[in-house]
Formats: sequence, C-alpha cells, structure tokens
Amino acid sequence: MSVALSAPDISRALIRISHEILERNQGAENIILLGIPTRGAHLATRISQTISTIEGRDVAVGMLDITMHRDDLRMRPLRAIMPTSIPSSGIEGRDVVLIDDVFFSGRTIRAALDALGEIGRPRSVQLAVLVDRGHRELPIRADYVGKNLPTSPTQSVRVHLTEIDGIDEVLIEGESN
Amino acid sequence: MRHLLSINDLSLTDAIGILDTATELSRISDGQVKKLPTLRGRTIVNLFAEDSTRTRISFEAAAKRLSADVINFSAKGSSISKGESLKDTAMTLQAMGADAVVIRHGASGAPQRLADLEWMTGSVINAGDGTHEHPSQALLDAFTIRKHLGKGAADLAGIKVAIVGDVLHSRVARSNVLLLNLLGAHVTLVAPPTLLPVGVESWPATISYDLDSVLSQVDVVMMLRVQQERMSDLFFPNAREYSRYFGLNLQRLALMQPHAIIMHPGPMNRGLEIAAEVADSARSVIVEQVANGVSVRMAILYVLLAGAPSGSESN
Repeated sequence: MSVALSAPDISRALIRISHEILERNQGAENIILLGIPTRGAHLATRISQTISTIEGRDVAVGMLDITMHRDDLRMRPLRAIMPTSIPSSGIEGRDVVLIDDVFFSGRTIRAALDALGEIGRPRSVQLAVLVDRGHRELPIRADYVGKNLPTSPTQSVRVHLTEIDGIDEVLIEGESN
Repeated sequence: MRHLLSINDLSLTDAIGILDTATELSRISDGQVKKLPTLRGRTIVNLFAEDSTRTRISFEAAAKRLSADVINFSAKGSSISKGESLKDTAMTLQAMGADAVVIRHGASGAPQRLADLEWMTGSVINAGDGTHEHPSQALLDAFTIRKHLGKGAADLAGIKVAIVGDVLHSRVARSNVLLLNLLGAHVTLVAPPTLLPVGVESWPATISYDLDSVLSQVDVVMMLRVQQERMSDLFFPNAREYSRYFGLNLQRLALMQPHAIIMHPGPMNRGLEIAAEVADSARSVIVEQVANGVSVRMAILYVLLAGAPSGSESN
C-alpha cells in the first residue's frame, strides 16, 4: 500500500481544478456543481467553497445519487440509496460539473448522465475527478483531473477524506504487474 | 433477504433500511422524475386471489416506476376460479420466468407455501394472507408515522400507538404490532374482547377495552376496518353499539392530543369504525398513507430484487 496523494497534494489539486472550472466557464454564474455521493459530494462542497472565495459569490452545489441508474446492480450486493439534492434553480440550460473521487471504468459517469437526463437538459455537462486511474470501458473522458494515476486493474485506489475518514489521502493497494 | 413473508423476517437494520430507501425514493417521486430504470427487464407478477384496490394498484405503480414488467393476475377471470391449486398456478408463473410474485391470498400461510417450493426461483412478497400478516402495509404505516412524528430519528422509540377495532381478523394489526414493537414504539390494542385473538396476551402490546381513556395518551390512532366478510359469527350486538363504543367520531377526536394523527389502512366503513368528518379531517393521514405506499413498495422491490441474487453475494 502506497500513498499516491497526501493532504497538501489533494488540497492543491482541488484549488487548481476550481481555477480550471472558472477559466473554462468564464466565471461561476451559470455553473452547477453536482457531487456523486458520498466522497464526490464532499469534494463538490470543497470546490464550491474555493470557487466562492475566488469569485466572491456563491456557486450552486448539489448532489446526484446514481444508484438506481447503475448497470451493475445485479452483480454486487445491494447498495444503499443516497440522497439527491438539486439546487432549486434546476439544471435546465446550466453548465453542470459532475464531481467524483475516482474515475475508473466510466460506468458511474454513464449512470450519472442517465440520471441527469431524467431531471432536465443542461447546456453542457463536464466532469471533474480527483484521481483518474485509467482502464475505461466506455468512451467517456474527464475535463478536470486532480492526478492521473497509472494502475493495474487488480490494484485498488482508496480515497480518504477528513469529512468521512478523518484524514485526506489517496492510497493505492495491491501490486502492479 | 429474498422473500418478504412476515415482519419476523426483518431485523431492525432491515426495517430501517427499507424506510430510509423509501424516504429517498419518495423524494424522487415528488420531483419531476417518475420513472427509474432500476428493474428494467424484470418481471413481477401480482397474484391476487382476494379482492384489493390499494395494495394491488400500489404494487403495480411501484413496479412500473422502477421499469419492471408487471403481469396482473386475479382470481376472477383466471384458472384459480376453475379450481387450479396454488402449486399449479405457481408452476405456471415459474415457467413464465417471474422474478417476483406479489401474492394476496385468503388463506393464512399461502405466501409461505409458495416460498417453500424448492423450484421457485423468484422472490415472494406477502401482500396480505388471510388473518396472518400484511408486512408492506405495516412498513408504509411505520413510514407515515416516522415522517410525521419521527423528529428525524431512524426508529420510532417512545411513540405511542393505539390500534383500534377488529384485531381478530386483521393481518394489518398483527404486522403493525410486530413492526412497531421492533422499531421501539409502544402499542395499545383497543377492541371488544370478542374481537381480540386467542393468545393476544403474548403479543408485545398493552390491551384496553376503553377507547376514551386511551385516546388522550397516544400519538397515533390507527383504526381498523370491521371485516364483515370474515365474520361468520356475531361479534358485537349491532353496528350502532360498536360505533358508540369503538368508533372514532368528532367528540373522540377532541380528546386526542393536538399533534396526534389518525390512520386507517382502508377500505373504510364510514360511519362504523370511523365517522366521515373524522376521516376527512386535517388530522387524518389516510390519503397520505396510500401515497407513501408506493414509495415503500418501491423500496421493498428494490431491496429484494435489485442486488445480486442470494448465493452469489460473495462474488
């Protein structure tokens, strides 16, 4: 088990991502940050705080549970459904930034796109992830990446955040072949 | 968990898990999203060998909102009315590849019988069997109570519930006593002695024969339907006398605490166990129970059908 990102690394990555989101969207006015529970939701909150500090105005933030849209429900033990909260303005015509901790097969994001489609039609959907570990199974890419971590499929990547785990770190478990 | 036959199948964690899932699902139903793809391609059979409006429609709506295919099947108009046995009916459903059978049956234990058949691969959900149990009704009642009086808690600790009326014939009462007790609520059964089942002393509930003295003490008053169709005997002298001693009318409503709510599993005998003005009053959550029923049944279907099939869970 090795530490891939330490607490300062995570903090710097999130600040950079916040700046990149603002640069790409020319400000925070039209964007909505939607975190995917549970850790993606905490990352969304942190990015929204950074953006508020930079811009001096609040940015819309919410969370989107994608459990009911997963295509692998039958392959795993039952998952608990997490809360979904969409800012009252809705997502119609807005630039939605989906935020997740680890970007792997791309299936979570496919499910998130389906879930979004049920709620409305955003002007654009972008994707921010803390860690991209590769091994995509679908033609989906991230717009903002905290760190690219080359891994083997047998390894697992664990993200720990202070809000849940009491510490900020990203760990890689298992041997690379 | 593969089947839902009785509240006794549930642990406290299971029960709270279903209520929490239903809470999230009810937020979805309240919003713009009415349909989720979760159970796409799965077949759910509603096997109703006894009449029902609410439960059947509710299970059908729940299954459809999760994108499952629903086959409705009632005793009237099917081979059950030609005398086909439950086992033969089940064999047909199995051959058609039903992933779940929602069964309502006049005989207590019919769902258990179905679940015990070794070759049945689907889930069996008890939607009311004889005078035995009606677990999905108890779960939606608990959900409704938690929503109104739970103050954010996961369980129902400290909440006092009176269940009033025909306890003898009521599968709703039996399931509710078990579930409310599991969730930490305190149940008082109020009924004439003739409408209490043998062995009721062993139930985890207090028993009273005096409605007026109980009303001011409780947070929830759950009225039960007088089940005339199951009454082969004379259980009370006449409807007027029953109504006078055990009916909920406006005078009795005034005895209740201001926050207390009124529930009824339906269908109601207006004027017998509940006065029309009480059923339609602001304190009554009877219509809301029906709406919550869909969310709770979606949660039940999700918990039983969405995860990996039992046996392969270690993979």
